[in-house]
Amino acid sequence: MNSETVFAITDLIFRWPRQDAVCLDLPALRLQRGEHAFLHGPSGCGKSTLLSLIGGVLAPENGRIELLGEDLGRLRSTQRDRRRADHIGFVFQQFNLVPYLPVIDNVLLPCRFSARRRERAQAGGASLRGEAERLLGHLDLARDLWRRPATDLSVGQQQRVAAARALIGHPELLIADEPTSALDAGRQEVFLDLLLREANAAGSTVLFVSHDRRLASHFVHDLALPTLNRASHGETACTI
Amino acid sequence: MHYLIVLAVRSAWNRRYTLGFTLLSIALATSLLVGVERLRHDVRESFSQSVSGTDLLVGARASPVQLMLYAVFRIGEATQNMRWTSAQKLANHPAVAWSIPLSLGDSHRGFPVLGTSADYFTHFRYGDRQPLRMQAGKPFDGIFDAVLGAEVARKLGYRLGEKIVLAHGGSGLEGAAHADKPFFVVGILAPTGTPVDRTVHIPLPGMEAIHLDWQGGAPVPGFSIPPALVRKFDLTPKTITAQLIGLKQRGDVFAMQRAIADDSDEALMGVMPGVTLDQFWELVGQGEQALLLISWMVALVGLGGLVAVILASLDARRRELAILRSVGARPRELLFLLALEGFSVTVGGIVVGVALLSALLVLATPWIAAHYGIALNGLKLSGDDVTSLAALLGWILLAGSVASLLPGWRAYRLSLIDGLTPRT
Repeated sequence: MNSETVFAITDLIFRWPRQDAVCLDLPALRLQRGEHAFLHGPSGCGKSTLLSLIGGVLAPENGRIELLGEDLGRLRSTQRDRRRADHIGFVFQQFNLVPYLPVIDNVLLPCRFSARRRERAQAGGASLRGEAERLLGHLDLARDLWRRPATDLSVGQQQRVAAARALIGHPELLIADEPTSALDAGRQEVFLDLLLREANAAGSTVLFVSHDRRLASHFVHDLALPTLNRASHGETACTI
Repeated sequence: MHYLIVLAVRSAWNRRYTLGFTLLSIALATSLLVGVERLRHDVRESFSQSVSGTDLLVGARASPVQLMLYAVFRIGEATQNMRWTSAQKLANHPAVAWSIPLSLGDSHRGFPVLGTSADYFTHFRYGDRQPLRMQAGKPFDGIFDAVLGAEVARKLGYRLGEKIVLAHGGSGLEGAAHADKPFFVVGILAPTGTPVDRTVHIPLPGMEAIHLDWQGGAPVPGFSIPPALVRKFDLTPKTITAQLIGLKQRGDVFAMQRAIADDSDEALMGVMPGVTLDQFWELVGQGEQALLLISWMVALVGLGGLVAVILASLDARRRELAILRSVGARPRELLFLLALEGFSVTVGGIVVGVALLSALLVLATPWIAAHYGIALNGLKLSGDDVTSLAALLGWILLAGSVASLLPGWRAYRLSLIDGLTPRT
């Protein structure tokens, strides 16, 4: 494997427990450091399942998923949790923030679970809070919102906080699961530009998942999961 | 781990009203459960402390428990009287070391009046064979002398020399007062925590004197004997309620009991206070157990509510758990998060419940003592009390901890099933 490869999937087979049909059958998928990929497909085609597999939350039945050269299948679940915390940032579709934490504490959440992310966030000499504030500022979130409860923010503002949380500590891989689907078209563009700009600044590889093909133009790679997934030629088995 | 505790606290604070009510229900259940157990324990102790060193309680043949309750605890209905001659015969029995006559029936402002002899102050024992002690004044000597129990003096604000009027029967009605023959307080007993505290003690001749001009429970019309003239009458009682007996040798108690039962002159019985109390506890034991069972049921309902509240909130929190998973939280850390919440609410409920009960005991102990003659220990706990209380609270905590694991386990399972996208 090339040392610049962030993640690589080889001959992946996954099916949900107590289901006969295979959900995902991916012969190969690979992203290099700094690449931005757009993964699309209709609802229920297995996009979120694939992200959980890359994140090490789910384990494949067969095949290899390598993250930064490490085969996740050879790791215990606690080691996979640690790797996820250290190297991957997530942005979800909506309800992205822990509702009882203030904005700044939501951003700092990964640093609470990962010493590596904490060290990297402080690498430039900044304090953790300073780094969180820098990211929030870069993502155009007004300063007076930083100490407010997450639930006080609009959906668009919440997504920017989620982006800051995903990027703190410079993770090698940023996974965004339909982060713009709750935003109107204008805000989608703004959010996407901010996200990719900050991901570039952090040196993160981006895997952006959406069913909205219009957004594909922002990305170098355009990956159609139904095409990649050999199991989807028949009935899909990714909805449980 | 430290940050998980911070998260648990903040999450709980975010749902403080729901959890607050759950905590309150556990607190009330704890108060009820511990309260019932304390009450049960203290009532038993209060009863068993009320008389000690007495070998036999003698009275007309009837229910031993009823005789015990009426003669010693002043509870329940009056029993049939025994003849004074029978009491004298027993008092003069060679095996008897001392005897105390008890004559009940009248009252003073709700407190029972006991006609007895001076031997009462010499031989009566309570608690751990403690003798009666005068707080002020001296035992009665004259016919119209009265010695008050500590509670009577305190509640009615009486001092030495006070003039008191007794009422016929236990009603305390003005119309049934022995107003023509008042008594004078010559002594006040130190507190004992027994029914003695709630009793007005008068000499047997005094009890006879106030009834000289009464017949069939009412004053004889047109006939009144002034106090100064009562000595001209025979003030020896005809009957008394019961008699306490102390034997020279405890080993003679069964022989004496048999001799009393075999006496052909009068149908009497001699009961051993400890044995009769045991019979009494057997009678009320089932009720006690039922009460305790109900209390446990209430506690379980409270804990069930805790599980229901946390489980109900869990579906709404699946996204939050997925976010925590995405930043590296392990499934067992989520289990810890949810279980900690349930455990904390249980502990909080127990603490609040014990505090509530303590406050209630402080407020209610004097009232219960005044109205029911039962001396609760309140906040005073012996070593054994602390042990049994700790065991009871430990059981509640254990039940709460097990109950808390249910939502924790479900959170653990969901975090494995959901991956990063809850399927709600």
